[in-house]
Amino acid sequence: MSPGRSAPARSETTTEPAPAIAAERLAFAYPDGRQTLFGVDLTIAAGERVALLGPNGAGKTTFVLHLNGILGAVTGGTGSGAVRIGGLPVERANLQEVRRRVGLVFQDPDDQLFMPTVADDVGFGPANLGLRGDELRARVLEALDQVGMAQFVDRPPHHLSFGQRRRVAVATVLAMRPQVLVLDEPSSNLDPASRRELADILTGLDVTVLMVTHDLPYALQLCSRAVLMDEGRIVADGATRELLADRELMDAHRLELPYGFDPLSVPGLPS
Amino acid sequence: MAARESRNRASATDGLVVLADSPVHRLPAHGKVLALLGFVLVAVATPAGTWWAFGTYAVLLVATLLVARVPLGLAGRRMVVELPFVVFALLMPFVATGPRVEVLGLSLSREGLLGGGTLLAKATLGVVAAIVLAATTAPRDLLAGLERLRLPAVLVAILSFMVRYVSVVSGDLQRMRVARESRGYSGGRVGHLKAVAAGAGSLFVRSYERGERVHLAMLARGYDGRMPTLSSDSTSAAQVVRCAVLPVAALAVLLVARFRLGAR
Repeated sequence: MSPGRSAPARSETTTEPAPAIAAERLAFAYPDGRQTLFGVDLTIAAGERVALLGPNGAGKTTFVLHLNGILGAVTGGTGSGAVRIGGLPVERANLQEVRRRVGLVFQDPDDQLFMPTVADDVGFGPANLGLRGDELRARVLEALDQVGMAQFVDRPPHHLSFGQRRRVAVATVLAMRPQVLVLDEPSSNLDPASRRELADILTGLDVTVLMVTHDLPYALQLCSRAVLMDEGRIVADGATRELLADRELMDAHRLELPYGFDPLSVPGLPS
Repeated sequence: MAARESRNRASATDGLVVLADSPVHRLPAHGKVLALLGFVLVAVATPAGTWWAFGTYAVLLVATLLVARVPLGLAGRRMVVELPFVVFALLMPFVATGPRVEVLGLSLSREGLLGGGTLLAKATLGVVAAIVLAATTAPRDLLAGLERLRLPAVLVAILSFMVRYVSVVSGDLQRMRVARESRGYSGGRVGHLKAVAAGAGSLFVRSYERGERVHLAMLARGYDGRMPTLSSDSTSAAQVVRCAVLPVAALAVLLVARFRLGAR
């Protein structure tokens, strides 16, 4: 059901790779009539790490669920607009590949980890992609290795701490070798050490990252670019440091920095 | 949480599983399920009143418990689940009709005594056999075993979600109770039941919503309506033989019992 528009004009240098995420005029209303997205345009280049900020109810999670075709017109829902992942339109025929390319890490690891053991869970995605046997096991261990959880491979998820479960949740999508990693509130409920460990893991990954978060220092630490969303629209898009330092903008959208935190005085940030 | 605590204690258990490495633990789960089924069928098929046969079954089971390194005290405590049957079996001599016998000044039905005793013996054997299976098989292996036994995939999936989420839901329940009591709720036993009943509604809604989120998470990882298989490794002939020891021994006892009845 994509509108009969021609592909967006490419830049002169055709060698430039397709953006990791390209959302155009995305609008969406839930079946009960509550509209949450009012025309979202967002382009994220491959390899970028971007923070998606905004108050509760701004439509961040709804937007994120469009990126792999769980919500939206493509899967028979209500809505309009188009999403491309690495140049591939999110359409019914491409859903499997889109869901491989976009790894979605949900906020509550208990929602993400639903199989009896860590190995089964991390293997769930790759198994759906057709991997079996030794190949599957190798993929599972590779993903767990990336988050430093390989020694827990045969444990049931409910025996892990919350921080460990969050890391395994990241591994469940890394096992699908995604191009884009989308994290919903990755630092929520983590103790400071787990929060830092997760940051170390995320900075070490070679994927495009879109991170929905209320943890503004975390956004500043991990993402050079930030996008501010409110009432179903993108209201600001720029360097994280400048965005966070804009008091007027922040106040207008119910965003507040932690007490005593000055984004302009934080050293050693990604360029 | 409770599971993690008990993990640290000496005779460690994880849920129902006794954490030990025994020949019974090493047997494939589907073999153990079939062995349990075979043993229970044999016990049920044993004629009422052949006490020596039931006694032999019990000896076989206790030997299995010892081989499986399941502490007998632990098995005894778990037998509490049998209590409703015990009550029923104890009632039978009083309510059954037929010739009466005098026991300790009580007039009891002969048929009832026989029936009640047999019921108690069969139920106890079944419960203990199930305790052996549960104590030696990790939930995940049990699921894989049921899958190998061709249990419909939907049922395996439902059971697997139950295994995963029973601790999450009981955690929810626990938090709701703490929240209730923190606000000064003290309704006694009846009031407590009432509150739990009221809580069941909100627990259902919570679990239903979680189910929807889990479904989203499954879709996001390419779920297409089929769960990946859990079982993989193959079974050796030696393992099959070891699984068969208990039910075949019981079957031999049953045949002898039948033969002796026929000869009489």
